[in-house]
Amino acid sequence: MAAIGGAGRGAHPYMANALPSIKAAMLKDIGAPSIEALFEQIPKDHRLKGGLNLPAGIRSEAELKRHLTDLLRQNTTCEQNLSFLGAGIWQHHVPAVCNEIGTRSEFLTSVWGTAMSDHGRNQAWFEFCSQLGELVGMEFVGLPVYSWGCAAGNALRMAARITGRHEVLVPAQMCPERLAVVRQYCQPPEMASHIRVVLVGHDAKTGRMDLKDLTRKISAKTAAVYFENPAYLGVIESEGTEIARLARAVGAQTIVGVDPISLGVLAPPSDYGADIVVGTTQTLGAHMSAGGGAGGFIASRDEERYAREYPTLNITVTETMKEGELGFGLTLFHQSSYGLRDEGKDWTGNSVYLTAIQNAVYMSLLGPEGFREVGELIIARAHYAAQAIGRIKGVSVRYKSGFFKEFVVDFTKTGKSVKAINKALARRGIFGGKDLSSDMPALKGCALYAITEVHTQADIDRLVAALKEII
Amino acid sequence: MSKVEVKEVHQARWNEPVVMEMGYPGRRGTVFAEPEAGVTKVVGMAADLVPAAMRRKAKPALPEMTEPDVLRHYLHLSQMVHGMMGVNLFGTCTMKYNPRISTHLTLRPEVAEIHPYQPEETMQGLLAVVHGFDMILRELSGMDQFVFQGAGGAHAAYTQTAITRSYFQSKGQLDQRTEIISTIQTHPCNQATAATAGFKVITLPIEENGYPSIEALKAALSNRTAALMVNNPDDMGIYNPQIKDWVKLVKRAGALAFYDHANFNGVMSKIRARDLGFDACMFMLHKTFGGPKGGGGPAVGAYGCTAELAPFLPKPVVTKDRSGIFRLDYDRKLSIGKVREFMGNLQIVFYAYAWARAMGGDGLTEASDIAVLANNYMEKKLLAIPGVVKSHPHLGKYRMEMTRYGLGPLKEETGIGIVEIGARMTDYGVDSPWLSHEPWVVPEPFTPEPGELWSKEDIDYWIAAMAKAVDEARTNPEIVRTAPQNAAIRPIKGDRLDDPAYWATTWRAYKRKRGKASQAKPRAAAS
Repeated sequence: MAAIGGAGRGAHPYMANALPSIKAAMLKDIGAPSIEALFEQIPKDHRLKGGLNLPAGIRSEAELKRHLTDLLRQNTTCEQNLSFLGAGIWQHHVPAVCNEIGTRSEFLTSVWGTAMSDHGRNQAWFEFCSQLGELVGMEFVGLPVYSWGCAAGNALRMAARITGRHEVLVPAQMCPERLAVVRQYCQPPEMASHIRVVLVGHDAKTGRMDLKDLTRKISAKTAAVYFENPAYLGVIESEGTEIARLARAVGAQTIVGVDPISLGVLAPPSDYGADIVVGTTQTLGAHMSAGGGAGGFIASRDEERYAREYPTLNITVTETMKEGELGFGLTLFHQSSYGLRDEGKDWTGNSVYLTAIQNAVYMSLLGPEGFREVGELIIARAHYAAQAIGRIKGVSVRYKSGFFKEFVVDFTKTGKSVKAINKALARRGIFGGKDLSSDMPALKGCALYAITEVHTQADIDRLVAALKEII
Repeated sequence: MSKVEVKEVHQARWNEPVVMEMGYPGRRGTVFAEPEAGVTKVVGMAADLVPAAMRRKAKPALPEMTEPDVLRHYLHLSQMVHGMMGVNLFGTCTMKYNPRISTHLTLRPEVAEIHPYQPEETMQGLLAVVHGFDMILRELSGMDQFVFQGAGGAHAAYTQTAITRSYFQSKGQLDQRTEIISTIQTHPCNQATAATAGFKVITLPIEENGYPSIEALKAALSNRTAALMVNNPDDMGIYNPQIKDWVKLVKRAGALAFYDHANFNGVMSKIRARDLGFDACMFMLHKTFGGPKGGGGPAVGAYGCTAELAPFLPKPVVTKDRSGIFRLDYDRKLSIGKVREFMGNLQIVFYAYAWARAMGGDGLTEASDIAVLANNYMEKKLLAIPGVVKSHPHLGKYRMEMTRYGLGPLKEETGIGIVEIGARMTDYGVDSPWLSHEPWVVPEPFTPEPGELWSKEDIDYWIAAMAKAVDEARTNPEIVRTAPQNAAIRPIKGDRLDDPAYWATTWRAYKRKRGKASQAKPRAAAS
């Protein structure tokens, strides 16, 4: 690692006590002969010999900034390029107020204060849960977990505990990354508490869950049926009511994964029989950040048998000593791993709680009409794009209607690989859709295109023109 | 010390309503364009594109507010958060300065507007940061490879349990290696993730000297042992001097040794996990490495291991090829797969890289020096306050970067304990200290950790604020018992938090239950 020249020789700007006189004063008060003497607990043969082989610190912010921006300049962004990548992280508009609040020093630096000293943050968390509860139609919402996939994994484990069963049904065409996380959470078969993950096929024409296959596989052993809306390949699962009915008939839980930005136009999962709802929080005002914007949520009816299985931190509104004043405190804390260690519900720790505040801001900014508008704009432009792309010779769209913002483009008849097409698009300043060839063998030669409110008709026309040129 | 003047401060008190009660029908905060005429011409009405059965019927009951009203509401809430606005020595969490250069740079599109599936060649700068920070952690730990997919310290512990499974699966021993050993002073996330991963957990108790006996470890080890998951030093600032022998025993039993480096600040640059024999370790970038707490993430649990375990790491792994190009290596047949989608919270890795480069080898060394110096300074002064004791007072050696104290004697004398004292300290601009994970070991525990950020003046102020609150417990107990006096709200009522008839994690649940509760009362009175 190269040292940076002119790093600065003054006392380090992040360390107030990095002055010999202060160190000496503290040592004197302690009565210790040296700082080294304070490390007496560590046996000599444990100590690192020779010091760290790292360059000296860059104490000058100007120099540090130069180094960092030199690195960042090597990136090409989705603002410079026109990007149609989605598949779990999407380029949505992030309102400026989300950034402003998400970088407020008070929120940025808060840790575990009391219900009083961190009142404002706790209220913002409660408002995240409350607004999300309105979108998904559920009364109990936990504070967020790491990601959609992690939320699905937690929810499937909740269902296994609730039903005492160890088998779950999930769509075969589920996002491979989410499925990998779910498999991780359900453990390999060697483990005694393993939860068997059974894949349910899809209808070739519509892309929706194959109910015949579901009927074949569902049984009294099934803890939960999980499906998504919209599904990984963009399709709206309109048979939710029937899936939930089949699940209920065998005593299984229905878990629905959603992208909440769709819920201004799509029915909330509670309408079609969901018991537990999970999903992403990234689309609610979080940047993509190369995947760092990921976040997940878990929601359900406010019934004890669900509430008492949450692995999340949960915040409740409560009263204060002052008549009429509301405050917020943690509820059901003891069932977490903080309270019960290995007997707790999965585990609880740092998550994406700052993102949750940005999510709260986003939902307040949009309101009911904003969600309707953004949903309608996305679905309209996505269908426009699908039709325009589908008209290109040799190119077809796999599921032509009934999708929200993503759709599968089949390039097989062009004789060109998605990889080659995306390379050619990149030369024209466009990131093409995600190549599905490697993850899903049945979709070799196909790509998943994402359209959001940031894509104008002109952007889509530009993509279509570029594709025509290439193909 | 007597010169330090403790001042009362007052938090903002906005009496801010819950956002669900704000707004006015028809007001708008964010407006979107209508679909272009050319779009509508082709696809028709947007609402008709949703299958009929799947259309939303009732609008979500969200607030209807203007953009500036939303801004002001959340600004008001932010002003009612203590965070690090005053002095905050929240122990075990290692309060660090989060350089705002990273706050600003990570909002630039070169970080914020990067999609994880972009071609590698279009994110070389970001991958250079990831790889560069990997190299820094390798030097600090002696490990061979780090990944950043874990979104918190607990998630890195979970990564360890998943790797433990795959490692023994590859050896055909997973049926047999069913137990993970930990200690009672190791963070609960280790035992919890081990259990979630399907292992039986054995937790060793501590002995007189503050750590478990090596005999207890020997008795727990067997051919069923899959791994040891342990921290060192613990949250009491006690370093287990036998840790090298522990690791030897664990390895001899054929198990893996994982070092939870949550308490790294005091040993940073002094010891390395690999040198002690560990197979793997974890660092929390939102603690030791200057990433913001954010109230609990986005965070990163950086997980590093030896070359022997590296094939099992979650994918992708960022590698550097011979021509200096950074690659995302997905082709890893033994990989555990994923613990979370994508590559991790790379914006927090960016913070950590920037912080570590600003500190440098010299700064990291000095930081751990100062952290241990400041803690022992603080210990000396705190123990001079009547009513304050520390855990394991018979151990004469200097503690590491934190010490666990207790207010047991004060509680016995006055009936006032750490919760009330902590609340009263917030009236002086000092956030309540972290108490302790279970088991407390000492009654009425508290664990401040000064670290390298806070000045001697800040530390002196913290001590003086505690001394003042302790003094008030004797001279004016009512003001302490009903503290905080100057916070955004009066103390919450804690007795109903876990009552299913009252808990409400959403406004809609609150409205339903409040309705019920207020109806129930008159009826009860009538009968």
